[in-house]
Amino acid sequence: MSVLVYVEHANGKFKKSVFEAVSYAKAIAEQNNTTLTAISIGSVEEADLKDLGKYGASKVLTVTNDQLKNFVNQAYASVIAEAATKESANIVVLSNSFSGKGLAPRIAVKLKAGFVDGATELPSTEGGKFTVKKTAFSGKAFAITELTSENKVIALNPNAFGVKEAESADTTIETFSPSEKSNDFAAIVKDIIRATDKVSLPDAELVVSAGRGLKGPENWGMIEELADLLGAATACSKPVSDADWRPHSEHVGQTGITVSPNLYIAIGISGAIQHLAGVSSSKVIVVINKDPEAPFFKVADYGIVGDAFEVVPKLIQALKAHKG
Amino acid sequence: MKILVCISNVPDTTTKITFTNDNTQFNTAGVQYIVNPYDEIALSKAISLCEGGKGTVTVINVGESGTEPTIRKALAIGADEAVRVNAAPRDAYFTAFQIAEYAKANDFDIILTGRESIDYNGAQVAAMVGEFLDIPSISIIKKLDYDANTATIEREIEGGKEIVTVTGKFIASCAEGVAEPKIPNMRGIMSARTKPLQVVDSKEVEQLSKIEKFETPAPRGTVKLVPADDAEKLIDLLHQEAKVI
Repeated sequence: MSVLVYVEHANGKFKKSVFEAVSYAKAIAEQNNTTLTAISIGSVEEADLKDLGKYGASKVLTVTNDQLKNFVNQAYASVIAEAATKESANIVVLSNSFSGKGLAPRIAVKLKAGFVDGATELPSTEGGKFTVKKTAFSGKAFAITELTSENKVIALNPNAFGVKEAESADTTIETFSPSEKSNDFAAIVKDIIRATDKVSLPDAELVVSAGRGLKGPENWGMIEELADLLGAATACSKPVSDADWRPHSEHVGQTGITVSPNLYIAIGISGAIQHLAGVSSSKVIVVINKDPEAPFFKVADYGIVGDAFEVVPKLIQALKAHKG
Repeated sequence: MKILVCISNVPDTTTKITFTNDNTQFNTAGVQYIVNPYDEIALSKAISLCEGGKGTVTVINVGESGTEPTIRKALAIGADEAVRVNAAPRDAYFTAFQIAEYAKANDFDIILTGRESIDYNGAQVAAMVGEFLDIPSISIIKKLDYDANTATIEREIEGGKEIVTVTGKFIASCAEGVAEPKIPNMRGIMSARTKPLQVVDSKEVEQLSKIEKFETPAPRGTVKLVPADDAEKLIDLLHQEAKVI
């Protein structure tokens, strides 16, 4: 047996969430006294593939077929499942990213594997049961899920495990030529549009979020300035995206995106239970609100009771001074 | 055109989540159930695609008889007919298998689900059904246009979007943006009572996972308040104490 980790990339570059998935998969391999293989699909430079060794992948399979250059959910799932079989890997790890969410369930069906999405911790094998902790009820709870099958698929939540360097960085790179299933290519990617200058919300380490307290979309300049200074992603509450002040992709909460950053700054958001669900796994929460009774203060680590229009500019000044 | 929409029966978003039996079961006492909000988006999209006699919308739910009020709500919103697979859903694999078995026996052009259920948040069923049926699955879509058997779909990716086209059958899981949720009107509510709701037996499938226990997040300490005119103090605390910037 061994462990296989799928390493997704954007334009040939790996993100932190991938190194995190590799570190996590390596720790699982160590728990099982076995080795870790990574699989990359599409064109990535050899130096970047070699980099995966630092986090514990002792072998990297690279698939460079032209047909698989762009992400095709169905085809990628077939390739990863085939690699798992070839490597006798009974545990497959992915990032719980947008692509990971599309791939992992298909791989689980192909391998008849029990599947945990949104894992937040290393598996436990206490009492002979293989269990994994995952978020449930949109962040209001965790579910300890037992995987009873021989094969297992785990999708790791971003910022849940951290990037850990392995003792040895040795790795070998091997070209893998999967068999081609023509039926796998019915969906065709026509275009990919990426806002490259913005930090992506789901895997952001720092998030600056604002709500109705901002009074209108024209007042988001200071939120964006604060986020830029911090290198943070911007987010918002549901009423804000419902009113089209901000795009739906920024809506954090039970019916939006669940985030788990190191720092979540909530400005002018009262803290409805649905919003709190989406941020409860943030490591540090800062709340800025003029209403001292706002429910958000009950789950905050730090707070400022004050008007956003006065506090945020001061915060920007202080941050500029701090950065020198 | 025939569209199948998969709906999940979930606790209302305002529910305070607690557990019973030594934290092994969700405490359903006093809980109001709703159509999973994302599934409502999928349903609303399916209804618009079929408007003007262009097709029919079937909703399917895997659940015991207690989910029927939620299914009726979906009929009131505008689905033409409903199917309930009579079983307590064990996990996503079980649910996806049941839906796939029904879809195999009944030819659908499009299958839609919500991006995830707001209770177990698996986001698994759509892609699993796609795999069982060997058709494309597109997860977490923001936009769907359908014309002459070809769908043009916007899928969310980190920091952007991807445009995907599919000709022929497919399954997609819908997020906000795909459609405005429709609200049932009086005529819908009245007609929902008489629309067909078929109950079918579940099929046996191996169990691959089960929930062992639930936990609730550890409570946070009390909030440390900083005076409104002392932003420097907050920056200092975040840097020195919390070490996050």
